[in-house]
Amino acid sequence: MSYLELQNLTKHFTKRGGLLGMNFTEVKAVDGVSLTLERGEILGLVGESGCGKSTLSRLIMQLLEPTSGSVVIEGERLVDLPHSEIRKRRRDFQMIFQDPYASLNPRMTVFSTLAEAILTRHPNLASDRHSLRKAVSDLMERVGLDSRFVRKYPHEFSGGQRQRIAIARALATEPKLVLADEPVSALDVSIQSQILNLLKDLRDELDLTMIFISHDLSVVRYIADRIAVMESGKIAEVQEAEDLFKDPQSQITKTLLSAIPQIR
Amino acid sequence: MALLEVRNLRTYFHTRDGVVKAVDDVSFDVEAGQTVGIVGESGSGKSVTCYSLLNLIPQPPGCIESGLAKFGDIDLLSLSEAGMRKVRGSRIGLIFQDPMTSLNPYLKISTQLIEPLQIHEGASKSEALERAVAELDAVGIPDPHKRIHSYPHEFSGGMRQRVMIAMALITRPEILIADEPTTALDVTIQRQVLDLIKERQEDLGTAVIFITHDLAVVSEVCDYVNVMYAGRFVERANVKAIFNSPKHAYTRALQKSIPAMQSKGKRLYTIPGLPPNLSEDIVGCAFAPRCEVKEGDPCCIDTRPELVELEREHWVQDCPGCLSARI
Repeated sequence: MSYLELQNLTKHFTKRGGLLGMNFTEVKAVDGVSLTLERGEILGLVGESGCGKSTLSRLIMQLLEPTSGSVVIEGERLVDLPHSEIRKRRRDFQMIFQDPYASLNPRMTVFSTLAEAILTRHPNLASDRHSLRKAVSDLMERVGLDSRFVRKYPHEFSGGQRQRIAIARALATEPKLVLADEPVSALDVSIQSQILNLLKDLRDELDLTMIFISHDLSVVRYIADRIAVMESGKIAEVQEAEDLFKDPQSQITKTLLSAIPQIR
Repeated sequence: MALLEVRNLRTYFHTRDGVVKAVDDVSFDVEAGQTVGIVGESGSGKSVTCYSLLNLIPQPPGCIESGLAKFGDIDLLSLSEAGMRKVRGSRIGLIFQDPMTSLNPYLKISTQLIEPLQIHEGASKSEALERAVAELDAVGIPDPHKRIHSYPHEFSGGMRQRVMIAMALITRPEILIADEPTTALDVTIQRQVLDLIKERQEDLGTAVIFITHDLAVVSEVCDYVNVMYAGRFVERANVKAIFNSPKHAYTRALQKSIPAMQSKGKRLYTIPGLPPNLSEDIVGCAFAPRCEVKEGDPCCIDTRPELVELEREHWVQDCPGCLSARI
């Protein structure tokens, strides 16, 4: 059985316009997306801005309710579950955002950021400061941060280190599914490789299932097992990563491939 | 004679934690019509170099310690603010990374676009508006007569960057400084914006100083490349030489770390360590701690290596360790 299944997932937004807001236009942000992911697989999701990548990721994360269709994780339809139940499940799927400057609380030290996340999974650690401290420093080491920096604030770190903190926070709840939304787009080339290596290692060690969203096909090619290309709310093409580069089927994939700047 | 000659530019920031030597003895030339790239990691001093030329460094804490920037018969670094105002935005244009933060969200595009013409050329409003419409048309904004009266938020990211380019080029500057103009855009839009800059450059004969950390973009647009590390240029050559026969260890490491250049399945190459803290004095080669030299460490220890012309028109920091290191 596949780990994650999207069944004909659809999200329409209605936009009011015209005099007195009497005209309704429908924006089909996500329009009938079906996908399956095996456990431990990395799926790359690419497309131009505005194609619905982010809406799709919010639907998977249960941050938006789909207009129709459903998200099935390990055979369980999430739409059928009550909200309280989804809140509990949220520990199992975590997100890493593009901009670590914006997604970390500037007033919380690394320790409090990570401890808060760890406690959602292990509430009993709240009374056991020693084990909590140990869990935090283990987590920091796992993502390649020196645990001496545990009392520092996000602004004291460089961009690459901050993204590592964001990754550590996502891992703190011991998720099974990680959705990374352009996690390296804001970083320098040399730092990009470090973060990509880290994500790949973590997948191997923790058997994570990962959805990697990016507009940069060359990055996705390296990290993803399969790549799905999105265009105006629909999946235009899904292929094994290398096959997609060798033999693109859809027009949008060809456009995206030809737009990559090449070193000559 | 070159259009712009920068010599021994030093820009320091005097902070509570000490003096940050953001730009430390940088020299370069820009010829008319040429595209000169400045590449490097964040914090290497690329932007500060260009902002120093236009007196856009907040002073204090910043301070231009020394240097000369000959632009025609004027020295940009010693210009008064009034004199600089005549150059900035008229003879030297500027585009930034994020068009949303550099366009005023409260003003219509028309107001912002005709401003440089009214200020620098004393054009009348109707005349300026006419030229602004023509300029929007030239950067590929559909229906410019109507769109000119829109607000910035009514445009998409790529369109906004087109408006920025129109605004920077409307006074026909001799130099356009483009600070990471495509970093915030996705690949297909990036392609369009790069093509547009190139096209306008050919039409108008503008020289472009292109700041970026993306080597692939550099290889596509630049004629000449300066690689910057820790406030200095470590290597400078034409674009072919930089990519075909890079000499300095940093340039080679940077190229090797591009994900697209590596085969799938293998671990990505990363440059070990972090860039040096610029508020501490760097003695010897700045790249030495990250340079993977095998036996001993032949990197310069006592003095910072000078840029020397190793081959014709190919300048490299003369550090034996960095030149011989196997990357």
